[in-house]
Amino acid sequence: MTEQTTGQTTGQKTGQETPLTARIDRERGPLGLSAYRRGGGYQAADEALQGMSPEDVRDRVTESNLRGRGGAGFPTGKKWSFVPQGDDAPRPKYLVVNADEMEPGTFKDRLLLEGDPHQMIEGVILSAYAIGASQAYIFLRGEYVTAADVLRRAIAEAEDDGLLGDDIGGSGFDLKVHLHMSAGRYICGEETALLSALEGHRAIPRTKPPYPQAAGLWGHPTVVNNVETLCNVPHIIKQGADWFRSLSRTEDGGTKLYGASGRVRRPGLWELPMGTTAREILEQHAGGMQDGYRFRGLLPGGGSTDFIVEQDLDLPLDFSGLSKAGSRLGTGTMIILDDHTCPVGMCLNLERFFAQESCGWCTPCRDGLPYVAETLAAIEAGRGRPGDLDLLEQHTRLLGMGNTFCAHAPGAMEPLQSALRHFRDDFERHIREARCPYR
Amino acid sequence: MLSEQEHEALTEEMARYPNRRAASIDCLVRLQQSRGWLSDEALSDLAPLLDMSVHELDALATFYNRLHRRPVGRHLVRVCDSVSCWIMGADSLCEALQKRLGVELGGTTGDGRFTLLTAQCLGNCDRAPVLAIDDEQYAISDIADLDEVLARHD
Repeated sequence: MTEQTTGQTTGQKTGQETPLTARIDRERGPLGLSAYRRGGGYQAADEALQGMSPEDVRDRVTESNLRGRGGAGFPTGKKWSFVPQGDDAPRPKYLVVNADEMEPGTFKDRLLLEGDPHQMIEGVILSAYAIGASQAYIFLRGEYVTAADVLRRAIAEAEDDGLLGDDIGGSGFDLKVHLHMSAGRYICGEETALLSALEGHRAIPRTKPPYPQAAGLWGHPTVVNNVETLCNVPHIIKQGADWFRSLSRTEDGGTKLYGASGRVRRPGLWELPMGTTAREILEQHAGGMQDGYRFRGLLPGGGSTDFIVEQDLDLPLDFSGLSKAGSRLGTGTMIILDDHTCPVGMCLNLERFFAQESCGWCTPCRDGLPYVAETLAAIEAGRGRPGDLDLLEQHTRLLGMGNTFCAHAPGAMEPLQSALRHFRDDFERHIREARCPYR
Repeated sequence: MLSEQEHEALTEEMARYPNRRAASIDCLVRLQQSRGWLSDEALSDLAPLLDMSVHELDALATFYNRLHRRPVGRHLVRVCDSVSCWIMGADSLCEALQKRLGVELGGTTGDGRFTLLTAQCLGNCDRAPVLAIDDEQYAISDIADLDEVLARHD
């Protein structure tokens, strides 16, 4: 069957609270401003701007244990706390929405952007208020044209309603929201590279420190937050930090948009309590493996996370639980490896992507990633040599954290280093038999 | 020379930023929308407006995936070859498209209708394998449906 893609998955039929997706109905389309208001929308923004200080907003978000949903998991309240406050703080300050969803296998922010734009705009208003930002930029990937249309309409509605603009609701707080469509490059997801792109440069990451909170966009205090992170903020302000923490099964507050792609019966996205296990998602929500396919492993949160295998499936998918399996949550959208798919081929696919998307700034990444990809290509083509696996392992260390300018190459090494551990036999067999046994 | 409509569109982009350079990427995108691709002439036309050199603009145009420094067909066919689509058969989809269009990756059909490229993860992984024709995305579960999808784009 072929049909135009509009996205089709939400996770509401789970019997649990799903604040992020409760208003999303792909058939109906996104709610306009008045319908969003009727459902309780913009109450948090109204109340905060009238009755809470920016510090109160920051404190509530800090108490909620909200951690960044873009992949790194940095505590949001703590991120905000580094922004200079007070009358002598540099102005303007900026809030930047990272909507450059380009992590391979990741399709969660698209749902939130297309499905409920006012939820995110309310999150932007509250977060900008919390840090004292008067300008916000939404950095949206160029392919998300539906999201762009939906956002432009929602921003215009909010401006007409006085929710954006000068002296919002008589509070003295001003906020202008701009939309930037990216011209496309994976590295734009790295927050300092994103700022370079917004300023009209190649998306090259910057040295930290200074961190963007101190010197970000055009040298001004800037916070970069992911779409899903911001969408949580209105709910935290409205229903409280205790409520938000209670949604989760672990220490990290809230729900999480989890996803699954690959040879499962029902690929999709589900909003579930933070800390849900991969087994529950795989078996209950994704419906298990397709007939004739067996599970071999999965990347828990996009292409730059380490493989986990059967024995790890009962670990909670949160920001600390996966470290026991040498992996991390990343974006929470799992990519499943089945027994008909070659693990060497999968690593080759990933490393080619990362090699192509390297910004080229630092030598280990620019030269190392193509070298890794070519070595994998040789093994996959039956031209592997006995020392190749040692060579690859060496590169997972050489391109690891601390040896490169940013986290791009270290991220690229995560699936490879774990594949070499979990699927060693497959790599060795390619070299021994001088062919790919999956073809 | 920039046309009047182009000048208007570019001015609109520049209004969103505190300085002209910041609008450079948006301006390149808009100019490409107007002209199909970014020729040397396009860069020269844009440079004075942004107070940038042609070389600075070229550095951007050669960096970003969605900017084209070579002519492309009327429609861009971009097959997602990232990991989820690869697992679900992107390679066969890509081969079928090359055969169907009679071009290699990067090539343009003789009638100038389609240029075939790969795409970086399109964020539609639950519907893999996926391709994009211009701004429309299609989930292709059966290669036999390709003709119908291509026929929608003259």
